[in-house]
Amino acid sequence: MSLSNQDLQKALLRPLGRGRQEFEDLVVVPLIAVVIALLFGMVVMLATGVDIGTIGRAFVALAKGAFGSLNAVSETLTAAIPVVLAGLGLGLGFRAGLFNIGAEGQILMGGLAAVIFGFSFDHLPFAILMPLTLIVAMLVGAAYAAIAGALRALTGAHEVISTIMLNLISYRILDYALRQPFVQKEGRSDPISKSVPDAAQLPKLLDWIDPNLRLHAGLFLMLAMVLFVWWLLFRSKIGFAFRASGENPDAAKYAGMPSGLIIVLAMATAGGLAGLAGGAQVLGVLERASPGFSAGLGFDAIAVALLGRSHPVGILFAGILFGGLEAGGRQMQVDAGVSIDLIGIIQALIVVFIAAPLLVRAIFPWGFRKDGKGAAE
Amino acid sequence: MTDMTMTHSDKIDLSKARQTRVGGVILILLALLVLFVLDVPMGSVATFKLSRPTDAIPLGDLVVPGGPFNLVAAGILAFLGVRQFLRGGGRWTSLSLGIGFAILVLAFLIWATTGKSFSLTGMLQATVVRAVPIALGGLAGVLSERVAVVNIAIEGMLLAGAFTGALMGSLLGGWGGLVAAMIIGGAFGFILAALVVTYRMDQIIAGTVINLFVLGVTSYVSSQVFSNYRALNNAPVFRSWAIPYLSDIPVIGPMLFNQNIFVYGALILVGMATYYLFFTRSGLRARAVGEHPRAADTLGIDVYRTRYVHVIMAGMVAGFGGAWFTLGSVGRFDENMTGGRGFIGLAAMIFGRWHPVGALAAALVFGFADSLQQKMALLNTPIPSEFLAMAPYIATIVVVAGLIGKARAPAADGKPYVKE
Amino acid sequence: MDVELRGVTKRFGPVVANDKVNLVIRGGEVLGLLGENGAGKSTMMNILSGLYSPDEGEILIDGKPVQFEGPGDGIAAGIGMVHQHFMLVPVFTVAENVVLGVEPTGKFDYLDLKRARAQVRAINDQYGLEVPPDELIEDLPVGIQQRVEILKVLFRKADVLILDEPTAVLTPQEVQDFFGIVRALRDAGKAIVFITHKLHEILEVADRINVLRQGRIVGEGDPKQLNEEQLAEMMVGRPVTFAVSKSPAQPGEDRLTLTGVSMISDRGETALDNVTMTVRSGEVVGIAGVQGNGQTELVEVITGLTRPGRGKVKFDGQDITRASVRARHMAGMAHIPEDRHKSGMVDNFTIAENMVLNSYYDSEFSGPLSIDWPKVHETAARYCVEFDVRTPSVFLRGGSLSGGNQQKMVVARELERQTRLVIASQPTRGVDVGAIEYIHERLIRARDEGDGVLIVSSELDEIMGLSDRILVMFEGRIVAEFDNTGGKADRNAIGLAMAGATTGAMA
Repeated sequence: MSLSNQDLQKALLRPLGRGRQEFEDLVVVPLIAVVIALLFGMVVMLATGVDIGTIGRAFVALAKGAFGSLNAVSETLTAAIPVVLAGLGLGLGFRAGLFNIGAEGQILMGGLAAVIFGFSFDHLPFAILMPLTLIVAMLVGAAYAAIAGALRALTGAHEVISTIMLNLISYRILDYALRQPFVQKEGRSDPISKSVPDAAQLPKLLDWIDPNLRLHAGLFLMLAMVLFVWWLLFRSKIGFAFRASGENPDAAKYAGMPSGLIIVLAMATAGGLAGLAGGAQVLGVLERASPGFSAGLGFDAIAVALLGRSHPVGILFAGILFGGLEAGGRQMQVDAGVSIDLIGIIQALIVVFIAAPLLVRAIFPWGFRKDGKGAAE
Repeated sequence: MTDMTMTHSDKIDLSKARQTRVGGVILILLALLVLFVLDVPMGSVATFKLSRPTDAIPLGDLVVPGGPFNLVAAGILAFLGVRQFLRGGGRWTSLSLGIGFAILVLAFLIWATTGKSFSLTGMLQATVVRAVPIALGGLAGVLSERVAVVNIAIEGMLLAGAFTGALMGSLLGGWGGLVAAMIIGGAFGFILAALVVTYRMDQIIAGTVINLFVLGVTSYVSSQVFSNYRALNNAPVFRSWAIPYLSDIPVIGPMLFNQNIFVYGALILVGMATYYLFFTRSGLRARAVGEHPRAADTLGIDVYRTRYVHVIMAGMVAGFGGAWFTLGSVGRFDENMTGGRGFIGLAAMIFGRWHPVGALAAALVFGFADSLQQKMALLNTPIPSEFLAMAPYIATIVVVAGLIGKARAPAADGKPYVKE
Repeated sequence: MDVELRGVTKRFGPVVANDKVNLVIRGGEVLGLLGENGAGKSTMMNILSGLYSPDEGEILIDGKPVQFEGPGDGIAAGIGMVHQHFMLVPVFTVAENVVLGVEPTGKFDYLDLKRARAQVRAINDQYGLEVPPDELIEDLPVGIQQRVEILKVLFRKADVLILDEPTAVLTPQEVQDFFGIVRALRDAGKAIVFITHKLHEILEVADRINVLRQGRIVGEGDPKQLNEEQLAEMMVGRPVTFAVSKSPAQPGEDRLTLTGVSMISDRGETALDNVTMTVRSGEVVGIAGVQGNGQTELVEVITGLTRPGRGKVKFDGQDITRASVRARHMAGMAHIPEDRHKSGMVDNFTIAENMVLNSYYDSEFSGPLSIDWPKVHETAARYCVEFDVRTPSVFLRGGSLSGGNQQKMVVARELERQTRLVIASQPTRGVDVGAIEYIHERLIRARDEGDGVLIVSSELDEIMGLSDRILVMFEGRIVAEFDNTGGKADRNAIGLAMAGATTGAMA
């Protein structure tokens, strides 16, 4: 090969500058989305007869509850842990072209399994029981999600409908399990499970400062999983196959990637992460299972995955934002008497503006790069 | 030439044979299930009431000897299965399976009712009532998917309709609530259309977000406002309205002719939609947009406008269906009270092969599963009520998994159209 | 009716698709419009149909300037288009497709299909099109579908018919029938614009020729005074050698053998019927045939995308009938897919990622779990230089390349490694002449290095130019075989075989 060819090759390897468009998509659009959604939240409050003063107090409380004190930060991070974990799974699914709405059910199943496993083997020492319980939660979540994956791979049943049905089924399974004598807490007539033994719990991180600080070791699990999913998607062989199948399933098939197996694996990985989220929630915060203990985490995770653009780091930040909204929302409800359900509206709106960048550009035409086909992503 | 046709038919047999055999095995398993699990002692009877004391034309009770019936049922299933396994014939597979499942359901009913009695007419009437929101959801799905917009947002539209029905029904009365519910449904149809048609947002994401948004708004208002002002969540309920003479027909009368406006409305809408889609000019154009939007565009049909109009119509149908939850039954809104009916409606649409009548028929099957589990809970069967409650959801998964590939969706379904 | 384009310019961003184009279309005349892919033919047509409005210049109909504002305006003015990709709804009947948009209706918007059928029959009779009005489009052969397209524009009373690459899907015999229809329409006073890149066809049917290159009309002439070489030079802008220079084949041992391969498609039709064939090392075998006669399925069976119902596939003597795509790839089978956008590449992946799409798992590029990206990037850069993929960086999206460069990227990925058998399906579709020449040269080089090469193409010229041996497929069968050493195969006989005439010599 001649020298000039080598020069040419070198030229081809120069990294591309991060474009302005990328900056707009990753930073500007999400910021605008959050601002518009908060403004809209204000409109909703006005429309439901909340007076201006209360609205002001609500927003102050929202901010204070989210980041205003050590306790607020602890609450924000605690709330972020499960949504980031489940969001990582959903984001990975989106990358693989799978729209998994079933995180809710996978969280429930994973959490339930963790609780049952935890109190069943309470004689084991912490160093064994805690990790093992998390692994059980992960495996059960993975298995539950794999059902939808297998249905998609074998019969073509769309995962949106099957995961929603699996969510509804999971509520019933949980209700049923909580009535069983070996699960239900002794001496209780309401459906509450036995408590998770201390040896299975994720240790609290800040209780040496104040025993009320709830932040737990799931934080490290979350950060480790962010790294792991990043590696999986962008460095590993299987992740390459996930992404190729998501972008162009036909080309992936032609390139010899086994499409059915990839669908099942991607769903199982997503479910495993959601199961971990459920496990972290029961082992770190709830300490027991009760009906519907996932409390919509699985749906928040969808929003987080979309807001984070299905990128692990983006999901981390989006999850912390949502954790902040959650923690702040609770403060808002206490301080200003505004229902925390308002947060749900704001979260949904953020996603609308994120997922339809054309819409943000239509509302705010100025400041964006002029481009006839400004479709992002 | 003969050689070629030989290879051809041979191979068709080869590929169908496996499918046929699987069908046979399933049927034989069902026979064993009926024989051993749904085992009814000889001599015990199941009593089904066909009419209520107040009916104009009373019918006697239908008394079925449980043991012999289930033996016969198992026999028929076994016969069908063995026949299927040995002789097959692709055309018969689905028919045999269909009959097989129907027999299974009957055997199950007999088993559960043995030694007790329950009202068959009541269950059938409940079937129709419970099919209504699913049928309307399915019809909304048909209207939007026929123009190639996948409408996951039906759940949210139903919920919005239910909420608006309760709120505006409390303020303006039943009819006002109904109209408002349809308007709100249409408004969400417009929003969905704007997001996916104009702003080219992913259709599934758009639908999911609308669902989350509606859930957020309705939950917020019901906890923020309804909890303090009870009067805003206390709407009148549409009573059933008996059609003279027809409603006196035994069994069928109470099922179809003594119902409220939602049942009649659903039936009329299904009829109208069928005529519209398959016998009118606008219907032909709408279907062309769903199958081949570029072709429609080159012929001067406005693809975007067509999609907007039909998704808005779908929203209005879903809004009407949503009002059923409040104005058609309890008159009061509860958080997330639609409980996934919109998604079951989507399954009904697939089961019904994107045809309004098919969607209605499928909705009746789901309605039956729904009312069956309701009645079974009353009969105190040994099956835990939670498992019975799963029945409609499992049925949905089975339907969606079993039918995809056999039913053909509109060719452009789910794909955004970008004008050149 | 006469139509004139005067100084029409159309830009897309910085790209000038049409540059001050002047064009005259006259009634009772066939105007041949010749140009390569990307020369601006389709832009011009879209302007005439009203889909695009020109940035500069004007359109005159019978001397009067007109303004088109939407896709319906062209047809309303009497200008009808027959698209290369048919604009027909497959699940509608012929009559429904024909009347769509201008339906006869009764009360309550009722669609009067009875009247529609009668109207279709009337036009059928007038021009001798012989199209059955009640058949579903998907059940009709492509030749008939094309007549439905013509019927559609005639039904709308078009006086100008624009035919975009109309012969791409037809057998040589069907082409002759089609020319008959074109001449009949011309004699009835219609103006016909015949757009193509096939030189001999334009010489045969056109009354006048315009040549388009890089958005400009670069030549005009009378077919009686022009020959193929002159036209080709006008079209490409430099002298073109048609014959691919190659030495006679040196066939060696069997690389690929199919014995009695049969397959039923998803739709339940026989897609492959008892196919038996061999590709030896050091030879190019061409599969000729009209699209949809089993070529796609044949390639799928060979490359492992689908399993045949019956029969055996052997590669280097090994039975690979049930082997996976990846196993075949690792054994040295290269596959250039027929539709690069659909199945050959991932638009949103970088060029580097696309270059390893089917070899990323190879120990050359990855460890047990993860991919060695620096190695991948380096290799991709080398491939780009080797195969002349014009790009500023390997980190650019594959989808941002031009069609020709995308195809070169795919070809580079497949050929730039140790191969033993090359399966090339439509290797030059939608690619400019420069890239075509280059890709052909590389395929011949692969042959000369001892690979077996199988080429499937709907362009008979390409098959005749490259192949040492030609097999003709019809309705899933291999119906004829021709020796093409030195290009001696009889084009006419191949054409007959493509149309299913079984008298073709089995050499």
